[in-house]
Amino acid sequence: MAIITYRQALHDTLRDEMLRDENVVLMGEEIGVFEGSYKITAGLLQEFGEKRVRDTPIAEEGFVGAAVGAAMLGLRPVVEIMTINFIMLAIDQIVNHAAKIHYMFGGQSRVPMVIRTPGGGGQQLAATHSQNPEVWFAHVPGLKVVAPSTPADARGLLKSAIRDDDPVIFLENLALYNTRGEVPEDGPDDVIPLGTADIKREGKDISIIAYSRMAAVAVNVAEQLANEYGIDAEVVDIRSLRPLDRTTIVNSVKKTNRAVVFEEDWRSYGVGAEVAATIQEYAFDYLDAPVRRIAAAEVALPYSKVMELSALPTAQHLVDAVRATLAASGGARRNGGIVIPGLAGVARG
Amino acid sequence: MASNGSARSGSGGRAAAQGGGRTSTASRKRNAEPNGHGSAETDVAATAQSPTSLRGRPESREQLIDFYRQMVLIRRFEEKTGEMYTRAKIGGYCHLNLGEEATVVGVMSALEPRDYVFTNYREHGYILGRGVDPNRVMAELFGKETGVSRGRGGSMHLFDAEARFMGGYAIVGGQLPLATGAALTIAHKGLDEVVVCQMGDATTNIGAWHESLNIAQLWNLPVIFLIVNNQFGMGTSVEKGSAEPDLYKKACAYRMRAERVDGNDLLAVRDATLRAVEAGRKDKAPTVLEAVSFRHRGHSVVDPDRYRPREFVEKGRSHDPIPAYGRSLLDAGLLDENGLKQIDDQVNRIVEASVAFADESPEPEPKDLYVFDFASEVPNIDRSLPGDHTGLADIGGAAALGGR
Repeated sequence: MAIITYRQALHDTLRDEMLRDENVVLMGEEIGVFEGSYKITAGLLQEFGEKRVRDTPIAEEGFVGAAVGAAMLGLRPVVEIMTINFIMLAIDQIVNHAAKIHYMFGGQSRVPMVIRTPGGGGQQLAATHSQNPEVWFAHVPGLKVVAPSTPADARGLLKSAIRDDDPVIFLENLALYNTRGEVPEDGPDDVIPLGTADIKREGKDISIIAYSRMAAVAVNVAEQLANEYGIDAEVVDIRSLRPLDRTTIVNSVKKTNRAVVFEEDWRSYGVGAEVAATIQEYAFDYLDAPVRRIAAAEVALPYSKVMELSALPTAQHLVDAVRATLAASGGARRNGGIVIPGLAGVARG
Repeated sequence: MASNGSARSGSGGRAAAQGGGRTSTASRKRNAEPNGHGSAETDVAATAQSPTSLRGRPESREQLIDFYRQMVLIRRFEEKTGEMYTRAKIGGYCHLNLGEEATVVGVMSALEPRDYVFTNYREHGYILGRGVDPNRVMAELFGKETGVSRGRGGSMHLFDAEARFMGGYAIVGGQLPLATGAALTIAHKGLDEVVVCQMGDATTNIGAWHESLNIAQLWNLPVIFLIVNNQFGMGTSVEKGSAEPDLYKKACAYRMRAERVDGNDLLAVRDATLRAVEAGRKDKAPTVLEAVSFRHRGHSVVDPDRYRPREFVEKGRSHDPIPAYGRSLLDAGLLDENGLKQIDDQVNRIVEASVAFADESPEPEPKDLYVFDFASEVPNIDRSLPGDHTGLADIGGAAALGGR
C-alpha cells in the first residue's frame, strides 16, 4: 500500500496500461508538450513519444470522433477532454456514434475507448467551467460511466475502463486531484469492475449515497456525525453511474431504513433522482422517512465566491439532512434508546 | 413507417412544399484549379457528352464489362428498394443512389479489399459495390436477422466487417471524424491501407468537415474525403448552402490535395480515385475528391422532389451514366446489344432473388433485444423492458433480510 494523490494514481495507471498494451494511446488537448492542463500526463510524451501521446487541435468533435474511428480499427484510445464543459462539442460523436456502433451494426464493430474529463464547481471558474453534466451520459445506452472518489478507485476503475471493449466516460473532479489515499500495489487486486458501487463506510442508522467529490465529503461527514451526534451513517459510493449498482444501494437502505442522496450536479433529473426512484421501487416498505436529496442550485454557477458557495452542496447541508431524516423517523436506535436530543422516537427491533 | 420528422436524413423538415422555381443551379462553367488534376465543370451536361474513352484502358475487357454490371445492379436494386418501400416491406428513412451509380462504382472499383469505406446514409450502392451479397443488403432493408447488420441498423446503417465496409452513418458529417480516426490507426500501425469517406455536398458546411480535414492533413492520414455533389442538400442547392460552391476548393484552407471530377463518367471517377489512393498509400496524403453527380429522385423515397427546377431535373436525367457507359461498351466493341441484355437479365434475377431471400428470412427475436448492448459484460447492466415495473427481480432478496 502506498499513499498517493488522485492525480498520481491516474498518471501511474495511464503509464502502467501503456506499458502493458501497446494499443493504448493517449489523445487530447495539451497532454504532451504542455504535460496536461492538470498534469495528469506529465512525462508520458518523453517516455512514449508522439505516436502514443498525441496532442490534438482544439476541436473536440474532430479528435473525439477520430478516437472512436481509431478504436473501431483496434487502437485503445484514452482521450482527455480538458474539462467536461468542452465535452458538449463532442456529444454527437459520443452519443450518436461511440455509444451506438456496437449495437446498430449487429455486434460487428466495437469502440474500446475511454474519455477522461474533470468536472466540478467551487473554483470560481464561472458558469461555463463549473458544471457536472454527467447524467447526460449516464442516460445513454451503450456508454459506461464511472466517477471515482479516491485514488484507489481512480486506479482500479481506470484500469477496467481501458481494458473494457466499450466506450467509457471517466469522470474526474478538479477538487479531487490533490486528495490523497492508500492505493494497493500493482496487480490483479487493484482492478475494480465497472458497474459496482462501494460501501466506503459501514453504518446502521442511515445511508448516504454519493459519488465523486461528494462521496469523499460524505466519508468525512460520516465521521463527524458519529463523533458529534452518535449517528452511525453508511456511505455508499455509487462510483459507477452506468451501469448503476442498484443492489448495493437498495441493500444498504434495507439495512438502515433511511437515505440521503448527496450530489454535486443539478437536482432536477439528476443522478440522485434515479437513486431515489430506485429506492422507492425496491425498498419502499423499508423506508422510515422520505429520501432526501442534496444537490446544486438550479443556476448557471456565478463567479462571485460567496454566491458560488451558496449554490453548491456542502458538508453542513449533509449533516442537516441526515439529522432531519433521523428526526422525521424517530431517531437513531441505540439499544432501544434515541440519541438525537429533543426527539421521542420509537425504537423498533 | 416513415415519420414526417425534420431530421436531416429524412424527408420532412425543410424539403418540399416550395414548388419549383427555386434558385437554379449554376450551369456556368467554372474552370477548375485543383492541385494539379483534371478539368472540371458543374454543368453535368457539358461533361457527359465526352466520357472517358474505353480505348487503350489498362483494365481488362471483363473488368470494363463488370463496371457496367455493377451499375445496373445498383440501379435495379435501388428501383426495387423504392418499390418495396411503397409496399411497406421497408420502413424508416430510405435514400437511394439512383443516378449516382457511375460515382459509386468508379470509386469502389479503385479500392483494394484491404481498404476501408465509411459512408453517409445514402449507401446501398456502396456496399453492393464493395461486393457484399445483395441478399443480405435487402434483408437488412427488410429489418431481418439475416441482414448485414442483423436487422439492427436498417437502410442508413449498413455494415460488413469482412468487406471492411465500416458503416453508413445518419448524422450529417458524423462519419468524417470516424474515417479520419480509422486512418489514424492505419498510419499508427504503418500499414498501406486507405480509407474512403463518402458524404453529400451539404456536409462540407458542417463543423466535422473542417475539423476532420484539418486533423487529416496535420497528421498525414490516408483518407479520401469523397463529396458526392448531387447539387442539392435535401432541398437546398449548393449555391444556397455553401459560400464556396466549388466544393473541392474548400480543401485549400487545409493545403490538401483536391480534385473535381464528372461523377457521371465512371472511368474519370475511377482514375481520380486511383490517384487519391496512390497518394494515400505512398505519401499518407489525404485527398478531397468531388464528384459532380445527380440524383434521379428526391432526397429520400418519400420526397416528392418539388424544389428542383424542372429543366435541371430533365437535363440531369437525360445524362444517365448507365446507358452512356453501355454505348461506350458497344462502340468499343467489347459487347453487343445481346450482351447488354444478358447482363440486365442476370441482374434482374439477382435482385428478385434478394427480395425473395429478404421476404423469407426470419425477423429478429424480441428476446434478443439486449444482445449487442455492450461488447464487454460487467456487473449490474440493466436489461429491463418497458413492461417491467422494476428492472430487477427483488434486489437482494427481501426474504433473506427477513422482510418487514
